[in-house]
Amino acid sequence: MTSFEAIAAGPWGAALAIAAMAAVTFFCRIAGVVVMSRVRITPRMERGLRALPGSIIMATILPVVLDNGLPAMIALTVTVLTMIFTRFDLAALFVGLGTLSLIRALGF
Amino acid sequence: MSTSRPFFSLAGLRHGARSAVPAFPGFIMFALAFGTAAAQKGLSFGEAMGLTGLVYAGASQMVALEIWQQVWSPATILTIVTVTAIVNSRMILLGATLQPWLRYEPKPRAALNLFLLTEAGWLISTRYYNEGGRDVGFLLGCAAILYVVWLLATLAGYFAGALVPEPRRFGLDLVMPIFFGIMLVPLWKGAKPALPWLVAGLVSLAVHALVPGYLFIAAGALAGVIAGMLIE
Repeated sequence: MTSFEAIAAGPWGAALAIAAMAAVTFFCRIAGVVVMSRVRITPRMERGLRALPGSIIMATILPVVLDNGLPAMIALTVTVLTMIFTRFDLAALFVGLGTLSLIRALGF
Repeated sequence: MSTSRPFFSLAGLRHGARSAVPAFPGFIMFALAFGTAAAQKGLSFGEAMGLTGLVYAGASQMVALEIWQQVWSPATILTIVTVTAIVNSRMILLGATLQPWLRYEPKPRAALNLFLLTEAGWLISTRYYNEGGRDVGFLLGCAAILYVVWLLATLAGYFAGALVPEPRRFGLDLVMPIFFGIMLVPLWKGAKPALPWLVAGLVSLAVHALVPGYLFIAAGALAGVIAGMLIE
């Protein structure tokens, strides 16, 4: 058994795993800034990055909402409509949660 | 639209912290769930708080719990690090969009800001930036308060997770998607700029159907960016 294997198998194994996870996550967090400060940003790259916020949102919520069926779809639609008409994020949040709990309370 | 040079102010810190409030419910629910799951899985308090405070990326923390070991080996550590890197690779893209904003920041403060980077905080800050705001304090204030909320809710989940009443009844299991849906509205600039979003959603659905875990987020995000680059 090499010394690294011995350390990994010992009481420090979990700490080592957490430290390695933290390091690789921090690397992901800073890598974008580091790379972008060293390359010339083309209009094409700018267009791509401009699409990112909406893309991340769609990629995150679409599978979750579809997995949760019609009540989730209705609640999300009501949420988005409330936000469109009020532009007040907290109001939309409470209306959305309220709609979802109401639909579920009615037994759907 | 202001095009002024980025700056840093304490007023911005406060403004950012206030603007983060709509993300609180989502953070609290996710961190409570993680703390509860970590305690059930038999992680020590130090391990749970180490993951939550040092890795600080919800999806990868949940995946880590699934492959958590009682006794570690170099191979299992390599596995968990690889999975973490895949799930969190999307943050490379988030960071890339922040570069113009962080350009003039002192390195340690930029590093702190990026250590605290999360999707929710980034979405709130992107909205502020798109409306012409350039105060880096906003980004840090928003990120810092979300970090504190995250730590406290993990702590509560670890010790008292079993006491939390049925969150489904209040729709709180879906509070994160609802918050994300809200953040989509101010991003809307017409149908054409939203075409990449559609690509992102479809790719995400396909990956979600085919691959277990949270890869669908990174895959969909990347597909959206590529679509954005290709669409004139």
